[in-house]
Amino acid sequence: MRVSHRVGAMGAALGFALAAPSAQAADPIKIGVIAETSAISGVGIPNAAKMAAEEINKAGGVNGRMIEIVDYDDHNSAVDAVRAFQRAAQQDKVSAVIASYISEVVLALEPWAGRLKMPLITPGAASNEITKRVHDDYDHMKYVFHGYLASTQIADIVCEAAKSLMVNDLHMKTSVVMSEDAAWTIPLDEEYLKCLPTAGLKVLDHIRLSPDTTDFTPIFNKIEGDKPDVIVTGISHVGVQPTVQWQQQQVPMPMYGVSSQATNSTFWKDTNGAADGVIFNMVAAPDVAVTPKTIPFAKAYQEKYGNLPGYAAYQSYDDVFMWADAIRKAGGTDPNKMVEAMEKTDYVGTIGRVVFLPKTDTFAHGMRIGDGYITGLMVQWQNGNPITVWPGKVATGKMVFPTFTKLAQ
Amino acid sequence: MLALQILIDGFAISSLYALGATGFTLIFGVSGVLNLSHGAIMVVAAVIAWWIAGTFGVGPYLGALAGVGASLACAFFTYRVIVRPIQNSRAIPREEKEIFVLTGTLLWGIMLQEAVAYLFTNNPKTVRPLVAGVVMIFGVRTPWNEILTAALSWAVIGLLYLLVNRTRTGKSLLAAAMNPRGLTLLGFELSSIYVLVWAIYGVLAGIAGVLLGAFLGVSSDNAGTLTASAFSIVVLGGLGSVSGSLMAAYVVGYLETMTAYLVSPSIRTVPVLLLLVAVVYVRPQGLLGRR
Repeated sequence: MRVSHRVGAMGAALGFALAAPSAQAADPIKIGVIAETSAISGVGIPNAAKMAAEEINKAGGVNGRMIEIVDYDDHNSAVDAVRAFQRAAQQDKVSAVIASYISEVVLALEPWAGRLKMPLITPGAASNEITKRVHDDYDHMKYVFHGYLASTQIADIVCEAAKSLMVNDLHMKTSVVMSEDAAWTIPLDEEYLKCLPTAGLKVLDHIRLSPDTTDFTPIFNKIEGDKPDVIVTGISHVGVQPTVQWQQQQVPMPMYGVSSQATNSTFWKDTNGAADGVIFNMVAAPDVAVTPKTIPFAKAYQEKYGNLPGYAAYQSYDDVFMWADAIRKAGGTDPNKMVEAMEKTDYVGTIGRVVFLPKTDTFAHGMRIGDGYITGLMVQWQNGNPITVWPGKVATGKMVFPTFTKLAQ
Repeated sequence: MLALQILIDGFAISSLYALGATGFTLIFGVSGVLNLSHGAIMVVAAVIAWWIAGTFGVGPYLGALAGVGASLACAFFTYRVIVRPIQNSRAIPREEKEIFVLTGTLLWGIMLQEAVAYLFTNNPKTVRPLVAGVVMIFGVRTPWNEILTAALSWAVIGLLYLLVNRTRTGKSLLAAAMNPRGLTLLGFELSSIYVLVWAIYGVLAGIAGVLLGAFLGVSSDNAGTLTASAFSIVVLGGLGSVSGSLMAAYVVGYLETMTAYLVSPSIRTVPVLLLLVAVVYVRPQGLLGRR
């Protein structure tokens, strides 16, 4: 009796051991998604990632395994994000992470990606420091990829568009830079101050405001005193309030530049239409076929979630496909092999053709920008709709400004 | 021109501060409660006004009314479910009840803040102003909405003054603040006076929230700052003193505005905090405090 028990137990153990590899083969590949889900820009990251995972799974998954998105809310806190990252890597055993649109959060996660050898990509943070760290300490930081533009790259796109829209079309000559005090705007402002004059816009003043600012009246009054032709913005943590106060106070110069909150489809409603005339930067917009994937994704997102994707959602959607491709090419989830495969990425997503810059580049593991790669767009809120106004070849409308705006003659 | 600009902007923001702090200090004066969910209740009022007006297309007036209604409901809930059970509890020693009320209202405020963020996201919302456009006041372009904000704030404070000083009900509120035991001996029901003061508080916080939502815009993230702002004004003015709070609101409003215009908008709250520290050292009872 005892012997038969032993034999039974050994048989069961043997059976379990033999069965284990096949069970493991069918295990899903987990991708962690860390974002602030109470913010519109944040919630788009897990939403879009889940859409991508569903599509990949419908098509058979990756090497026969399904993709599973494990999402964590970081409450816009670097501490919560680090805890989530540690849990994702050590407890939930994810194979890669897509994280945040806040530079401070991503900069806090970056060393942990190195320590835990966990491939990480951010779909929305912009600080130059993210890629600089990869460049400066490649062996440790090679697991980090920048799935969005670096601040300097964004400033260059804004300046290039300003030359066409503000200088050539509207004959503007002067500007004031208005940016929030944050990690991502330090390189943004540095580049603005260099590239705006080159584009033909003299910078009369450079105002950095606290992200906690609620009353922008003194700021707008100071700007008006400088008499610029245009206000060039670098705002993300703030957006609704300066826009509404700009409209209520009828500040006579256009707001143009980076305004992350304006990329959300709810911005019109949040501002009660005060957004009319605001021009902001995006890499993809719902009305422009940047690639054949852009509009179908935006439509599918709207159908599923009831509003258009915010700026980080496009990249998050693409990032899941890129991780899936990297896992496919690497033949598994070994992080070093995934990094090697990811470095060879040449993927046409919703935002354009994504190719990562080599480790020797200052923006190592950042995206290549320019014709044929990621070009960026300038979009304007017009009568409740985001209309692409630059570049001319893909623009779906011309610039229109509210009646209180006084344009340079 | 700059002086006039500071005068106008400072007046509008100070009036709004005054309205927001009046309810806060009234509750403390009459019932001894420091309601740390104050900022969250203002946020609820603004967000509900924005939501009702925007989603159901009922216009700004009905939206504002809904916001004030939501604030009233929150105020009653705060009193009935958070404050009164703690005050009536036999398990909590009398001398510890104040700290329990502080903790209870603080946690309730965080719950409200998180609920707003969950339901409406933490993106700021702006209530559609009752009037649009701008007017030139001696060369200073001023939004009509800014003027309306100051006028409505003072109209509501004026009505409160009349209620408190010219009506029997209002006088009973004053009496409750001065000598609750004496009032009970005269046959007044203290609990109904508390209900009344929480109702007045709900309306005041609601109007302040809606006006703030229309003037500057409000996010769930602002709840803590709004409570801290009201708290600072009330401490500066003297705990429980309505007239002290009104005066302090103008000190805070103008100090902030002058800092923003003359020094830097990034440090607009710093001088106020320094002043507050100085007041706590030099005159802990505040400008017009009774205790």
